[in-house]
Amino acid sequence: MIDFCGIQLEHEIVNGSGTFDAIAARRAFGDELLAAFPFSAFVSKTITLAPRAGNPPPRLWETAGGMINSIGLPNKGLAGYLEHDLPALAELPVPLITNVMGSTGEELAELAAACDARAEIAAVELNVSCPNVATGLDIGAVPAELERVVARVRPATAKPLIVKLTPNTADVAACAQAAEAAGADAVSLINTLRAMALGPDGGPWLGGRTGGLSGPAIRNVALAQVAAVAARVSVPIVGMGGVQTGAHAFELLRAGATLVAVGTETFRDPAAGSRIARELREKAANSANPFA
Amino acid sequence: MFGRRACTVVGRETHGPYVVIEVHDPDGPAPAPGQFHMLAAVERWGGGEGERPFLPRAFSVLRARDGRLSFLFDDVGPGTNRLMELDREDEVWVTGPLGEGWRPTDRRPVLIGGGVGIAPLVALADTLDAPEVLLGFRDAHHAEAAATLGSDPNVALATDDGSAGHHGLVTDLLPEDLSDVELFACGPPAMLEAIRQLDVPAQLALESGMACGFGACFGCVTPLAEGGYARVCVDGPVFAAAELAEVPAH
Repeated sequence: MIDFCGIQLEHEIVNGSGTFDAIAARRAFGDELLAAFPFSAFVSKTITLAPRAGNPPPRLWETAGGMINSIGLPNKGLAGYLEHDLPALAELPVPLITNVMGSTGEELAELAAACDARAEIAAVELNVSCPNVATGLDIGAVPAELERVVARVRPATAKPLIVKLTPNTADVAACAQAAEAAGADAVSLINTLRAMALGPDGGPWLGGRTGGLSGPAIRNVALAQVAAVAARVSVPIVGMGGVQTGAHAFELLRAGATLVAVGTETFRDPAAGSRIARELREKAANSANPFA
Repeated sequence: MFGRRACTVVGRETHGPYVVIEVHDPDGPAPAPGQFHMLAAVERWGGGEGERPFLPRAFSVLRARDGRLSFLFDDVGPGTNRLMELDREDEVWVTGPLGEGWRPTDRRPVLIGGGVGIAPLVALADTLDAPEVLLGFRDAHHAEAAATLGSDPNVALATDDGSAGHHGLVTDLLPEDLSDVELFACGPPAMLEAIRQLDVPAQLALESGMACGFGACFGCVTPLAEGGYARVCVDGPVFAAAELAEVPAH
């Protein structure tokens, strides 16, 4: 068992927020999903106070070794999530981490407090890759701003508070330090890298104009950022970015992560989480030099 | 069945510019007509044009029988390009069946397909008794795909250049009296949008680029008449025409 902020997990592999819809997957694959659930904890997609329809299509672009998504955080809003999704997510055989986003510390604190009141939720993850409506900067991109926001949210919940850092910043380790100083129990990284694709007419292909790059194309960026953060904070790290195999997960653990999240690989292989957890176990058990 | 499985290619046919690949899928659930699978070659998936493909590709089932699935491919990019190279004994990653297929109707079914979009209509025609089928293609060479229809349905053809069947749009072939008809349609977006605007009972099977096929990525959405979006993969790919705000061009 892995101890993560006091939560006991079966293995190191979880999902990245927004890369697995357990309710839709159960509809598609049936209850076999529950018996073979691929992750040791389930991270919800991002929940906001008000419902969001998401960005106009097209929302996807395939790149060399990855993809750009511009989904726009569609969700039912906090009330819809608590009423409709939470009962179904509570049936999953693993702890639930709810990811929330707001454009101010006050909004995030309201979301965190609502999660705090629900026993089905084991931990709260803050998505701080959201522009501050006043400054236009991502909340999570500026250490002082991030520290102020996390300090505002911290008293709203006694549950473990994970801050999902944005990689689209000058110094991700300084942001991680700011989150830790403000009381975060853990940090997770990397989120997607801001990216653009041009369509046949020379204009932006994606309905949201820009999107986030994910997949193996960003794996070595993730490794560098996780290592940089691990050197500067003592809270546990959820490392992610382009993980496709147990060997890739092992590298993130060696770089300082406690858990590893899988996202884009699940699109290619729905049960990738279980496979990667198994490969990681085999790698740890069978090799004196796991990098061999 | 949760997860993907490696299936062996057991058949390959060409029909004009199209390729039909048949895979042995003894363990997969039987698909309903209109459902789809995500496919990727086990070997050399990547390294094509632009170092793609990376993600699997979504394909409606052309035909399912005796533990075998067949799919119809048109060479439109690095994914289909690689899949069309596959031959007997090659392996394919298969995830599915996925999505909501055609719903039964009490009305007179008329099946209308365009190009590679005929695939889910072939699967549907297999379950109906001599249905009326209207198929549109670019030219006589592409129209060779009409041979994928199994039984002996009443097929009418249209081609853009008049080299086979009616010279014009497949929608020109629709019966004049649609009062007791329900249309089952799959094809290019412009064809589906024209059918949607007819304002008659119709089921439209949509195509969309998808990263996952099982509701995870939220990438394949289509706008709804009531506002907001539906995921083509889990809410469709078959939609009632009246549910849709439009059929997007891509």
